[in-house]
Amino acid sequence: MKQKDIAALLDEPACEHNDKGKSGCAKPKPGATAGGCAFDGAQIALLPIGDVAHIVHGSIACAGSAWDNRGSRSTGPSLYKLGMTTDLTEQDVIMGRGEKRLFHSIKQAIDSYDPAAVFVYNTCVPALIGDDVDAVCKAAAERFGKPVISVDAAGFYGTKNLGNRIAGETMVKQVCGGREPDPVPPGIERPDFKVHDISLVGEYNIAGELWHVLPVLDELGLRVLCTLSGDARFHEVQTMHRAEANMMVCSKAMINVARKLEQAFGTPWFEGSFYGVEDMSRALRDFARLLADPDLTRRTEALIAREEARLDAALEPCRARLRGKRVLLYTGGVKSWSIVSALQDLGMTVVATGTRKSTEDDKARIRALMGEDAVMIEDGNPRNLLDLYWREGADIMVAGGRNQYTALKARIPFLDINQEREYGYAGYDGMLELARQLCLTIESPIWPVVRSAPPWRLAGSAGGGAMTPSTAAAEPSVAAGTTAASAARTGQGQAKRGQDSAAAGASAGAREHRGTPSDTTSRAPTQAQTTVEV
Amino acid sequence: MAEQTVTVGQSNRGPRNAGQAGALTDGQTAERATARTGAPVSTQTETVGPTIVKRNKALSVGPLKASATLGATLAFLGMHRSLPMLHGSQGCTAFGKIFFIQHFREPMPMQTTAMDQVSTIMGGDDAVVEGLATICKKHDPALIGLPTTGLVETQGADIKRAVRQFRSAHPEFEQVAVVPVASPDYSGCLETGFNAAVRALIDELVPKATAAGTRPGRRQRQVNVLVGSHLTTGDIEHLKDLLERFRLRPVVLPDIADALDGHLADSDYNALTIGGTPLDELATLGDAAATLVIGGSMAGAADLLAERTGVPDHRFPHLMGLDAMDRFIATLAEISAEPVPERIERQRSQLQDAMLDAHFALGQARIALAADADLLVGFTQLLASLGAETVAAVAPTNAPSLRAAVTNEIKIGDLEDLEQLARANAAEVLITNSHGVQTAERLGIPLLRAGFPQFDLVGGWQRQWIGYSGSRQTLFDLANILLGLHKGEIAPYRSRLKQWPEGERDSQSQDPHQGVAVA
Repeated sequence: MKQKDIAALLDEPACEHNDKGKSGCAKPKPGATAGGCAFDGAQIALLPIGDVAHIVHGSIACAGSAWDNRGSRSTGPSLYKLGMTTDLTEQDVIMGRGEKRLFHSIKQAIDSYDPAAVFVYNTCVPALIGDDVDAVCKAAAERFGKPVISVDAAGFYGTKNLGNRIAGETMVKQVCGGREPDPVPPGIERPDFKVHDISLVGEYNIAGELWHVLPVLDELGLRVLCTLSGDARFHEVQTMHRAEANMMVCSKAMINVARKLEQAFGTPWFEGSFYGVEDMSRALRDFARLLADPDLTRRTEALIAREEARLDAALEPCRARLRGKRVLLYTGGVKSWSIVSALQDLGMTVVATGTRKSTEDDKARIRALMGEDAVMIEDGNPRNLLDLYWREGADIMVAGGRNQYTALKARIPFLDINQEREYGYAGYDGMLELARQLCLTIESPIWPVVRSAPPWRLAGSAGGGAMTPSTAAAEPSVAAGTTAASAARTGQGQAKRGQDSAAAGASAGAREHRGTPSDTTSRAPTQAQTTVEV
Repeated sequence: MAEQTVTVGQSNRGPRNAGQAGALTDGQTAERATARTGAPVSTQTETVGPTIVKRNKALSVGPLKASATLGATLAFLGMHRSLPMLHGSQGCTAFGKIFFIQHFREPMPMQTTAMDQVSTIMGGDDAVVEGLATICKKHDPALIGLPTTGLVETQGADIKRAVRQFRSAHPEFEQVAVVPVASPDYSGCLETGFNAAVRALIDELVPKATAAGTRPGRRQRQVNVLVGSHLTTGDIEHLKDLLERFRLRPVVLPDIADALDGHLADSDYNALTIGGTPLDELATLGDAAATLVIGGSMAGAADLLAERTGVPDHRFPHLMGLDAMDRFIATLAEISAEPVPERIERQRSQLQDAMLDAHFALGQARIALAADADLLVGFTQLLASLGAETVAAVAPTNAPSLRAAVTNEIKIGDLEDLEQLARANAAEVLITNSHGVQTAERLGIPLLRAGFPQFDLVGGWQRQWIGYSGSRQTLFDLANILLGLHKGEIAPYRSRLKQWPEGERDSQSQDPHQGVAVA
């Protein structure tokens, strides 16, 4: 891919990051970088298209470490779950046999699996040795009579975010507009019930959560022509240009898709989320608004009223259990506010939220939800997250899978909110699942037990027996692998934990209530008390 | 000791047992087993192994291979206060990190040099220097492992020069050991990358005996243990336990078990590994009484260690099954000059008993197996010792150690190859990593998860496969899986002449198989 094409992709007028010096697409720093590469981003954006053969052209690490590890689900085809790679060898690299191997690989994939199309993902090594992937794909498409799409997003081109955009751009340029949508099946449309075509961009059907949303859309007569890309089929992506309205679901990463579809086909779009009752209802209203169908608006309002009343009743028992609980939220982009409102719906207090990938607009929404002095986490390195957790006296950390073991190692409750999670939280019914999972982990009896020190270690030491970082620091004998400084630091934070009852108030007010650093014994007793007083 | 090369004495015993077990149940099997394994039974002609069938298709479908880069990273993760930094695109690290997090269910200290377009074309040395300095400044590690990726090896990076550049630019970080290793993912697999990194650790950090004044046997009770990547944390813990029962002091390199065993440390967060082989132990390797090498893949590292230190080594292709363990325990008894503890003898007889219990189910069982070479060899020998047959075997890359496998043929390939072979040869049970779930589903046979990665199993990383006790559990599990297949169970036959009660007669007539007869 040419440098100027990459620059054009990075210059995204619809993205608020463009206006600020500090961009969400900043250059990574060697030795202090987290997150995936462009190939990673491109692959995750398109992989859920189920009936396509996804071939990774490169050496083994790109596909070998990554195939079949995401939670996108499909209503039928499982081809997308099959890892395919040219698995280049040293000889291929030296002798320049990559292009030939790729051509034969495409043939093999078509012969063996008869896919709807073949997507070829370029990676670092072939990009560097100059394999002309575009040309091979073109030749293969002609020879085998199947769409063969080249997704040129090698790892070193940039970050995961760039890869998302390259993938989206490729779909808009090479796939969208390939065919016209099927007619609406007869017998569904009536004079007072018109079916509208929509698309969802950036919805990945993680854990099947789209299936919480689709029944509602069906009921309203909103036909999803295509999701990009959860449970999508190739022929659906081809019809995406005919949508009457597009929704950018929870992600800025493919904002270029929505903008370019608007430019090329005049499709209006909005940015929204399916997480939480409030956002779900807002998304439905936004569709009604863009589609400007008074009848749809009326039916939408009726549905919202009905569903919200149902949810309200169903959530009540959970609310009683979760009310006042304090959440540290760390997730990227749109989810930084969409999940906030979902958690607040449950009566929980969000003490801080991540804003690493959020735009100014996202931040404004966060302030609207959490108050002017909402704590925003820019640098989500594990040390910062844990310090903040202790300082804010949180009860649970809600973050992405890569932080899961950070939380668990620190013996704190955790809920996975990102791609690898096992439960779907979208839609009205997803909200019930979210509440259930929150209760499950917060109320688990394991927490006091995993924090407890062996009873024989407590002999002679005064104070609580819970095995917290602060007690660890007080006992040099157990400090193997511990940096005393960090333990002491978190110990102070830990000590501030306490009056959960105060937490229900505004976070600013609540902060003043909490204990002083020396107040080490004020740790709130947990439900199952294992503290041993000596 | 020197005469104990990789394959001697080990692989020939498994097949003989196979013949015996077969003879007890089925003469035909015995004949087949003997014919098939005729060559290995005669101890002299050891080189005749299974036929290796090389890769013959362009596209790898359902890759079995995990990269050499990951293997090298894993070895560095077995060192104390260490942080591997992969020299490549940031995705190389991000993917690897998720791979290991899902397998070990632990946070994984891993960093990247985050190569971009500019450093890819103009050279990545600056990124290496900057990355090393950043890590030293932020985390003060004892060791930074520096595995290379396909990208930078293609680019032609001279990683050692980059490290020298770092040394001259940052003398203030002199105390931090930096070990570079060439581990491009287009060559070898996890197992070979692991060996390469251990070799590099020895090369950088174990001094030559003449220079350092180390002398084999000066530490009479110390035994070095070079462990291959096929050993789990549970395996390594068991190894240490065995050595300690002989009053020996094991120094395990690399000690994955101490670093990634899944324990709660006292501090709530660590940017570096929280366990593993302490760096200063490496200087003592030359004083040990002996070195034990587990895994044929570790030959390269073992050769270098022997050459450096002169410490005599004992090599074991694997430690699964009675024969392998007998040789291992005998070696420990010899090194330690201690009698074999009763507890171990008891475990041995427990394994023998388990073999008796399990052989009914395992005899003639048809197993499909895909794994890196060491694990594959171990399994085929263990299975053969019970009279089970490995009817489909796939390894991700070729390796000399594969010769010791007890099977007719080994395909160098992927899970698609495994599926085809398993189907063609009517395999009954599949043994491979978690990616085999779909393969097993399509084949309609059960799966035993072994190897990397095991992302859908809690605790898969710590399962103990080796030793008398681990082998025993493996046999029980395999036997139970096979019993669950209800092989040979007779389907009910509904005689049309039987005097069926009124209600049952109706259902009988609805039975499609009986329909014709009734009519």
